[in-house]
Amino acid sequence: MATDQAILVSELHKTYGEVEAVRGIDFTVRRGEVFGLLGPNGAGKTTTVEILEGYRERSSGEVSVLGLDPGLRSRALRERIGIVLQSTGIYRHITVREAIGHFARLYPAPRGVDEVVALVGLEGKEDARSRTLSGGQQRRLDLALALVGDPELIFLDEPTTGFDPAARRTAWQTIRALKDLGKTVVLTTHYLDEAQALADRVAIVKDGRILAQGAPGELGAGNGSTRYRVAWRDPAGAPRQEEVEDPTPLLHELTSAALANGGRLEGLSVTRPSLEDVYLELTAE
Amino acid sequence: MSPETSPGLAGLAWRQYRLERRLFWRNPSAAFFNFMLPLLFLALFGAILSGNQANLDVIVPGIAGMSIMATTFSALAFNLTFLRESGVLKRIRGTPLPSAAYLAGIAGNAVTNATLQLAIIVVAGRVFFGIGWPKNWAELVVFLVAGVVCFASLGVAFSHVIPNFDSAPAYVNAVFLPMIFISGVFYDVKEAPKFLRDVAEVLPLTHVIDGLSGALVTGRGLADNLGGLAVVALWALVGIFFAVRGFSWEQRGA
Repeated sequence: MATDQAILVSELHKTYGEVEAVRGIDFTVRRGEVFGLLGPNGAGKTTTVEILEGYRERSSGEVSVLGLDPGLRSRALRERIGIVLQSTGIYRHITVREAIGHFARLYPAPRGVDEVVALVGLEGKEDARSRTLSGGQQRRLDLALALVGDPELIFLDEPTTGFDPAARRTAWQTIRALKDLGKTVVLTTHYLDEAQALADRVAIVKDGRILAQGAPGELGAGNGSTRYRVAWRDPAGAPRQEEVEDPTPLLHELTSAALANGGRLEGLSVTRPSLEDVYLELTAE
Repeated sequence: MSPETSPGLAGLAWRQYRLERRLFWRNPSAAFFNFMLPLLFLALFGAILSGNQANLDVIVPGIAGMSIMATTFSALAFNLTFLRESGVLKRIRGTPLPSAAYLAGIAGNAVTNATLQLAIIVVAGRVFFGIGWPKNWAELVVFLVAGVVCFASLGVAFSHVIPNFDSAPAYVNAVFLPMIFISGVFYDVKEAPKFLRDVAEVLPLTHVIDGLSGALVTGRGLADNLGGLAVVALWALVGIFFAVRGFSWEQRGA
């Protein structure tokens, strides 16, 4: 038993009629890490996550979530996971406290209602009815309902879509707090900064396949794009840019030329490709 | 593994039922259409037909049948469409709550409304409409149960046909309104033209009303209504088959 792994996915395929939404995906999620699934709309992220959550049946491949097969939809597994879907409703006339309290009773060892309210930052809204909550508060209630069962593994599908910048920062703090509690988090997002800020490792998905995976900072190492981007201005003042595997010779050449001419090397920058660069390069048509 | 045990099925169903009851009264429009409207009809028709016992003898069991259909068929078709479209069903599906416990809670809410309304109609029949207490309590219970099972399952099955919540009132009323007119809620089916009588004979509501009429007014016993009960049971089987087979926790095409 590989107990340090929360999720194992191997050769996962999902076909809807003629359409192959997922075409052979492999990845593992370790316990206690935040794992990001990145990709454009229609890439197969949500299909993959919904197979892990037990909402959809896979066409083929092996999937294990906390050592169990989510396709069997066992209650034992659902007691140990928390799910925040992209869009889900709640009874319009239920109060925040009632909703959290009601969902708490579905689990064998729930967290306290007040504790969960504080964790997601809904203090003062306990007696508000769900239909009176703002979009961001609704989303926090979604998160509260996913956390109240004290799950080991939490799925977050586009958790901050539609948030203003301040609300996003607050949500990020909550997700970091979950990691500090030792939870495993699977985060689906199309915000690159979100993946960069939160995820220990990310997988970039497109057309039902994983194009790259790894830590956000090191991503691209596997596909020959560990390049440095060197930018500067030539003596005429025109911006120049070059991407190189090893920047040392180029920098030596540039600085030597500048010294020899007695001029300055203007506008110099040396950058590693950001997650965004890698993402845009990989997902470009 | 945690030492705590999972909550029991019956307890979960009960809690879900309690929640549905509490929330039902908080939604004024649902409370009105599902609960007050049949009683309003009863009061109006009772006032109009006051003194005409033959007509009152028709309208009271007719409204009772209509109430059973409104609280189960219409309410469940409507509510499930909303719960499906708004994603409540999908959220529930992702929790450890067993489907059976959830659906029992939802159905229990509808059954409670049907029973409450029938009880109010029985009392009104005694107090205001000169019908007296039911002649046959056992028959009353049999047709209440048969009607509730039949219309509840048909309502769940019908919710699969409704494409979205905006069109739910049109779909539900397209079935409900013709059904209550053809099945003789407001007049005696035996006085309708032949082709309407033939249609009415195959509809479940006609036979539920017949049975309720026997129990509440005429005293025609269960033995004489077995044919009608068989029609209701047949519709219930069709309803249960399609309710279970087509059940979807998510909106199609989403």
